[in-house]
Amino acid sequence: MHTEQGSPLLRLQGLKIAYGGIQAVKGIDLELRAGETVCLIGANGAGKTTTLNAIAGVLPIAGGDIEYRGERINALPAHRRLRAGIALVPEGRGIFTRLTVEENLRMGAYSRNDAAAIEADLERVYTMLPRVKERLPQVAGTLSGGEQQMVAIGRALLSRPRLLLLDEPSMGLAPLVVEKIFEVVQSVAREGVTILLVEQNANLALEFAQRGYVMESGRITLTGTGGALLQDPKVRAAYLGEDA
Amino acid sequence: METLIQQFINGLVIGSVYALIALGYTMVYGILGLINFAHGDVLMVGALVALQTMMFLMGIAPGMSPLVMLAIALAVAMVICMLLGFTMERLAYRRLRNAPRLAPLITAIGVSFLLQTLAMIIWGRNYHTFPQLIPTTPLQPIPGVFVTPVQITIVVVSALLMSGLLLLVNRTRIGRAMRATAENHRVASLMGVDTNAVIALTFVIGAALAAVAGVMFASNYGIAHYGMGFMPGLKAFTAAVLGGIGNLGGAMLGGVVLGLVESFGAGYIEHLTFGFLNSSYQDIFAFIILGLVLIFRPTGLLGERVSDRA
Ligand SMILES: Nc1ncnc2c1ncn2[C@@H]1O[C@H](COP(=O)(O)OP(=O)(O)OP(=O)(O)O)[C@@H](O)[C@H]1O
Ligand SMILES: [Mg+2]
Repeated sequence: MHTEQGSPLLRLQGLKIAYGGIQAVKGIDLELRAGETVCLIGANGAGKTTTLNAIAGVLPIAGGDIEYRGERINALPAHRRLRAGIALVPEGRGIFTRLTVEENLRMGAYSRNDAAAIEADLERVYTMLPRVKERLPQVAGTLSGGEQQMVAIGRALLSRPRLLLLDEPSMGLAPLVVEKIFEVVQSVAREGVTILLVEQNANLALEFAQRGYVMESGRITLTGTGGALLQDPKVRAAYLGEDA
Repeated sequence: METLIQQFINGLVIGSVYALIALGYTMVYGILGLINFAHGDVLMVGALVALQTMMFLMGIAPGMSPLVMLAIALAVAMVICMLLGFTMERLAYRRLRNAPRLAPLITAIGVSFLLQTLAMIIWGRNYHTFPQLIPTTPLQPIPGVFVTPVQITIVVVSALLMSGLLLLVNRTRIGRAMRATAENHRVASLMGVDTNAVIALTFVIGAALAAVAGVMFASNYGIAHYGMGFMPGLKAFTAAVLGGIGNLGGAMLGGVVLGLVESFGAGYIEHLTFGFLNSSYQDIFAFIILGLVLIFRPTGLLGERVSDRA
């Protein structure tokens, strides 16, 4: 896949997001270059999910700018952002429990009209996620957590995103399943899809990502390459459970 | 035996009409968690617009074949009702999407009064004779059992419309988007679904079905007036609850079951009450059923959990 290395794909400038009167994100700057894998880590309640939801357009912003491919998209509705290439795998997976697995996957391709290419992409998702293929006619609410996460990722891929936002894909899953999911995400990244990953598991996230941002109560407090953050004593103390 | 078959046929006919209306309630509830109490009045608007169209056509083209006239009147009524459904959602309900539940409910009752009052201003308070363009002379398929062509048409058209709706919702891309939106607006929008458009479409489809139901209702009884939507609306709502509100198959089943209960009930109510009540009290069955369902099976016949719906 063609990548525009260098030019920023996404840029957040002074982004503020509030729930009612309470600011959850208090003016953050963040930049993603096309083709990068970047992670956003931080404690519970830091504002990571809030940030991803605002980028995807399901949460209004209270200030600042979201720029995507050089254009301000502050007011663009979520469905148009998906069409522009921004896909979010939401926290808690957001599976349509009453739809079948296949219908869930096809929802990912909802905005596309290239029927033949959709079928081809479905086949690719099946080879990537063989467990999903076995369960196509099953109602998705009956899947295990790991299977649901795979469906959620497969569904997002079917929109052919440029920018894939992942909100805690490892949440509540066994280590083997997490490993499998990260293999899939890694292969997606290798195809040139830009990835912004939110994770509780900082170790995992920083090893996976080229760069990382650390978020604390609505602010970005630290940024650097994955390796540098892994070595940072503050990060080790706060997120990797080590004594400072 | 003939009486039983006759009651079954009558019940099936009125039940089909209830089912068509109930679908509108249940679709809107399924996607918004809103009980659109103005839905019954859409049926009334459909009937009166069809009536107006027929009068107009009779004036300008007296020789027109009755069936063509009916078809045109029905089409006009559907279009007007679809616009009405769209406008209702856009002006009244959309801005209340995140308001506490009572606000849209009270608004719906307000919209209902508004539509009735407007209809009263336009068409007056009188009962209008509704032209019976489909022959009403009964056929006798079995000696002692009577079926009118109107009744046959009602059942056949209802069955076709309901099959079409089921196909649309369960087998098409837009239907899948409707089901996805009903389950989770936010995630549906993350899939690229314009959920506002899907919700508007839901109102429009419900209104089109109500328009057809209104023309059927008026054709069957031969009258139309501004308050005619209230009772069938309330009964169709009962049917939707009986079937399990939010569930399409449930609305269809609930409508037909309610029609049958009413029809058989009307036949036996005099015996059941030792002559105290006669068949003009048949309306009580709908409300007895509504009470019983709400007490013993609030999720309805085919319903799932309702509490966690958006
Ligand atoms: N719908 C909401 N209404 C009000 N406040 C909210 C809402 N969602 C989140 N918040 C608040 O916003 C802040 C940030 O929450 P957010 O979910 O973004 O955190 P997070 O970093 O994703 O945490 P976690 O790691 O637990 O998922 C928290 O203080 C939270 O209580
Ligand atoms: Mg979160």
